[in-house]
Amino acid sequence: MTLNRRSMLKAGVAAATLPLLGSKAFAQSEPLKVGFMLIGTVNDNGWNFGHAQGAKFMKEQLGDLVAEPTIVENVPEGPDCERVLRELAQSGHKLIFATSFGYGDYVIKVAEQFPDVTFEHATGYQRSANVATYNARFHEGRAVCGTIAGHMSQTGKAGYIGSFPIPEVVMGINAFVLAARKVNPDFTITPVYISTWNDPAKEADAARAMIDQGIDIIAQHTDGPAALQVAEERGIVGGFGQGADMSAFAPNAQLTSIIDHWGPHYVNSAQAVIDGTWETGDRWPGLKEGEVQIGPYGPKVPEDVVAAAEAVKNGQIDGSFNIFTGPINDHTGAEKVPAGVTLTDAELLSMDWYVEGVIPPA
Amino acid sequence: MSLELTIAIIVTVVGASTPILIAALGELVVEKSGVLNLGVEGMMLVGAITGFVVAFTTGNHYLAILLAAAAGVATSMIFGFLTLSLSANQTATGLALTIFGTGFSALAGQGYSARPVTLLGPLFPAELATHPIWRVLFGYSALVYFSLAMVFAVWWFLKKSRAGLILRAVGENDLSAHSIGYSVIGVRYAAVAFGGAMAGIAGACFPLLLTPQWAERMTAGRGWIAVALVVFASWKPFRLLAGAYLFGLVMTMELYAKASGGPLSAIPAELWSAMPYLATVVVLVLISIRRDASTNAPACLGRPFLPSN
Repeated sequence: MTLNRRSMLKAGVAAATLPLLGSKAFAQSEPLKVGFMLIGTVNDNGWNFGHAQGAKFMKEQLGDLVAEPTIVENVPEGPDCERVLRELAQSGHKLIFATSFGYGDYVIKVAEQFPDVTFEHATGYQRSANVATYNARFHEGRAVCGTIAGHMSQTGKAGYIGSFPIPEVVMGINAFVLAARKVNPDFTITPVYISTWNDPAKEADAARAMIDQGIDIIAQHTDGPAALQVAEERGIVGGFGQGADMSAFAPNAQLTSIIDHWGPHYVNSAQAVIDGTWETGDRWPGLKEGEVQIGPYGPKVPEDVVAAAEAVKNGQIDGSFNIFTGPINDHTGAEKVPAGVTLTDAELLSMDWYVEGVIPPA
Repeated sequence: MSLELTIAIIVTVVGASTPILIAALGELVVEKSGVLNLGVEGMMLVGAITGFVVAFTTGNHYLAILLAAAAGVATSMIFGFLTLSLSANQTATGLALTIFGTGFSALAGQGYSARPVTLLGPLFPAELATHPIWRVLFGYSALVYFSLAMVFAVWWFLKKSRAGLILRAVGENDLSAHSIGYSVIGVRYAAVAFGGAMAGIAGACFPLLLTPQWAERMTAGRGWIAVALVVFASWKPFRLLAGAYLFGLVMTMELYAKASGGPLSAIPAELWSAMPYLATVVVLVLISIRRDASTNAPACLGRPFLPSN
């Protein structure tokens, strides 16, 4: 429908003969303005880079249906983001993606004032008539990484650099440890939270602190490759790229990477807004839908470990394997999830406890 | 705690402290001349991207450090021209310089984020640093020894040299210094340029000493810690040295404590991050309680020089 009107417009027929309809058609077929609000910079090679790539993918796929996406970088998770959201809404953006957990309250607040604007909040949990949430099942990728870690670690100890102890991060830690302990039941992990998504020097020092205390595998849930570079420099067994392939920074130490591919989701949402079919809800695709991908395996990973990792990956794609199926004990050893029971999405999204094998940060 | 771990911690602390120390030494000299330049963070970022780009394109780390210093000087001259020649407000101009440096470095760094460099290696041959104890003394890159040498150099300059005496006179009483024939503006330009060079080198420490990559805003507030440190140290170079290592120790111990899972890991991360600033506030309180004693703050700090008045 929209396309037909567009082509009519191009031919000049509608505009010339039916001025009223013509102007209406023009208003409707004006390219959709899509805004993206990022916590860091698109050049971080990780989380924000992934969203920027997704925005680019959306523009490539939808062409003239969408305007060149507006990307606002380095927006802190505080009152400032409310201002940015309002500015985006006031400047004609009809679809706004807020891509960090801490934006949640502000998205809900601003969305009330702009009922004709569609908001989507990544990794969040609060929804309303015009606010949807979306995420990707990164923990599925963490399970693949954990499997490799369980096979390859010699000390049986891994370090995990986290930003903040939010469910998103806790879930990743738990999936990693559960997978590693299926291979090595004595495997343990020490999470270190550094209270920032982007402070490369602090990430590197956190990696040094953990390596100096005997870990030989490192994983991180921050936005850049600093920890992997330290892994490369110190020559430990290795680590994992997060958000993007980081092999340029650690050609030997990167065992594999979890790659975010937000593009298809952004295409679907923009198309739904253009068609007027958008509805609120929660979308949480993973490996199966291709929104989470496993990057190439590093040169250190032996054939049999690749095979084990692929088995975990494929099991999650065909649905035969779920990392959060019981029996699962919490960090004190008490049973938390009985055998055969799988945690629901709601339980995952509010996860505030650690599984056995995690040495909890006090 | 084992010897190896102790030494590993010391090595990490030295790395974390060095950029703060270098930047703060520069700011100390600037403030001693009566100028408050809050643009340290911005100048560091310009130094960081310059150091990274030069190291990436030429592979020459020493050239990278030199050009990072030059870039820091160039950035500081914007501040110098506005505040010294045009008598603009120093606080506002310094803040603007930080915003400018952040934006400029991000712009100049476009396309460099997916590219690694190599760290500057140790200054002394590896044979000297084989034993862990020797590693504590001889295991660092030239930037670390430079920072320590500069503590002595700045102390000697301010305390023992004639030029340092003139600089302090300009900072304590600009009109008197002017009336006996010293160029207040000239001295302050030189001090601001020195501060810029040191901030540029401090910025270059990030890609060359700590984490061999370019990331936007990679100094992550260390420039502000350096500014706080100057006050913390009451404008005294050796106290500055102690303060820089204390701040570095706090920042590093947070991570080692958490990684060990021991009792110290119960302290929230936010409190650890706030500690350098809390320490500065405490020192400021202590200074103002002992109002009779000399606070050591330069009397003309932050005041524009207007000889016609």
